[in-house]
Amino acid sequence: MSLIQRIDRPLLFTGILILIIYFVGASMFPQTLTDKYLLQQLQIASYFGVLAAGAMMVILLGHIDLSIPWTMSVAAIMSTAIAGPGGENSIAALSVPAALLFGCVVGLVNGFGVAILRVPSMIWTLGINAVLLGLQVFYTGGFAPQGSASGFMKAIATGHLIGPIPNALFVWLLISVVMVFILRRTPLGRYVYAIGNKEAATYLSGMRTRGVIIACFMWAGFCSALGGVLLAGYADQAYQAMGDPYLLPTIAAVVVGGTHILGGTGKYSGTVMGVLLLTLLSSVLSVLQLAEGYKQIIYGCVIIAMLLSYGRAQKVTA
Amino acid sequence: MADLVIRLRHNTGGLIALILFVVLLIVFIIIHPRFNMLALEATANQGAALALVAMGQTLPVLTGGLDLSIGAVLALSNSVGSELLSGPPWQIALGIVAVIAVGCVCGLINGLIVVFGRIQPIIATLATGAVYTGLALLIRPLPGGAVDESVSEALTYSVGGVIPTPVFIFIGLVLVVWLPLKNSILGRGIYAVGSSEVAAYMSGVPIKGSRLLAYTGAGFFASLGGLFLGFQTLSGDANGGVTYTLNSIAAVVIGGTSLFGGTGGVVGSIFGAYVLRIINSVLLFSGVPSLAQPLFQGAVLIFALMASALRLIGIRNRLDVMS
Repeated sequence: MSLIQRIDRPLLFTGILILIIYFVGASMFPQTLTDKYLLQQLQIASYFGVLAAGAMMVILLGHIDLSIPWTMSVAAIMSTAIAGPGGENSIAALSVPAALLFGCVVGLVNGFGVAILRVPSMIWTLGINAVLLGLQVFYTGGFAPQGSASGFMKAIATGHLIGPIPNALFVWLLISVVMVFILRRTPLGRYVYAIGNKEAATYLSGMRTRGVIIACFMWAGFCSALGGVLLAGYADQAYQAMGDPYLLPTIAAVVVGGTHILGGTGKYSGTVMGVLLLTLLSSVLSVLQLAEGYKQIIYGCVIIAMLLSYGRAQKVTA
Repeated sequence: MADLVIRLRHNTGGLIALILFVVLLIVFIIIHPRFNMLALEATANQGAALALVAMGQTLPVLTGGLDLSIGAVLALSNSVGSELLSGPPWQIALGIVAVIAVGCVCGLINGLIVVFGRIQPIIATLATGAVYTGLALLIRPLPGGAVDESVSEALTYSVGGVIPTPVFIFIGLVLVVWLPLKNSILGRGIYAVGSSEVAAYMSGVPIKGSRLLAYTGAGFFASLGGLFLGFQTLSGDANGGVTYTLNSIAAVVIGGTSLFGGTGGVVGSIFGAYVLRIINSVLLFSGVPSLAQPLFQGAVLIFALMASALRLIGIRNRLDVMS
């Protein structure tokens, strides 16, 4: 096998494109060359990366989690409500654990519907998303809730503990280490890929596939909630529908990174590259000050071009 | 007789949607405080755009695919329409043709990427959806525009004050577009591809043509939805399609089409869309606090999905549910 064939194509293509985008941005706007700009991009990529880690686990199974937006929003609003105005409630320390626990519960419900009730994940998680939206409107009365991020939330989202490196990057790193460990070093990771390839065969091999599916959805809910908490810490507030713009880019990042949308194959390193690529792309497009319409068009065309270069399915044959 | 039983069994999902629709309509008529034909007309109009989009979404779903760009195509057609649908009658007629052409081209592009690019439909249409939204934003950065009122009145009122016009639109589309399409070779291919792509290929079914037709058809119906929305609101909105994509999937599922492809049909999706809409109206009049209504809407969808899990009771071998 030659060297070219051995290199992972999603990694190679996303890597090349990241460099191209960066040099295009840098040649037009020198300020994108500064390390301050790059660290800021990494901070934004961290929020996005946490969401993508959760989404990837579910996509590897051959399922999809469309409840990301409102899991994020409700987790964010919950955490700021517990933290209270100015983040100074007496129970402010509970805001992050409570939000993460909530994310796990949402994941449990998602997993229950998909694994036990056998409703297609696309429609079940969509329904759960609608219920979360409803809960939110009912609870807040349709207004932005009073409350802001607790000190801890601000620290993990925007703080800098070691030099200029944003703390959010360490959060993403931690999630990434867990993700790689699960996928590469535990039986659970093997089962995830196996179920993504053929659930019936995995079941017949003696795996408890329902438990694996539920666990993966819980991980996805946990990551969505963590993403919501980070964003709330970044904005120092939570608002209705704050998660809506993140659903489709998250799925796109996972798929551009080489994970098959129908499950079974994909590397976590690809997802990281997908996240970096899409973060840098949208940032450079913003720096170029193009109209929103052109940004959307370029964004869509880049995703299609990437998939055409390495994401094509086999031809149908007998 | 045996033939009838087989036909009924093949359309169980659609029949359930029809029964649900009729029951909800009766409840709606009973609890509406001042029920008259105007209320019926308003409900028919409110659900029409979603029903048209759901009809379109049905076609890719039948092939085992999905069109996540369908809301964006609706918004793009709506935006194009808001530029073209005014002036003398010939200009409006030309505008309508142009809007439908835009929808068909968008759908055809989706089809070409899925068929010849061999990219999974979910992700291909996700990306093209961004492109179409971008185009719509370039045409109409802010909501607005002018749409001729006379056509609008003709389309959104009732015929003879009894039957709302959208009913005729749907009957017309089913008779003139859907039934001929379904019985054509390519149309049967849409079902065949959804049942088993390999088997369809082996049997000589034109799978490429069927797929292309399904996605183009989705664009066609989405553009009709955009047109209707334009006539209804008399304006265009580039961001108006967001909720339609996901709601259309819900409507298709309620209408009895399997997300795995191969079974179902467009007629069920129309009822599915109206079930979603009438639930909103019923909740509005049933005294549920307005703030609790989104929660009830979500809960109704979840309970409907849980009810669909009842089929599991009859399944003895767990392998049968792992499709």
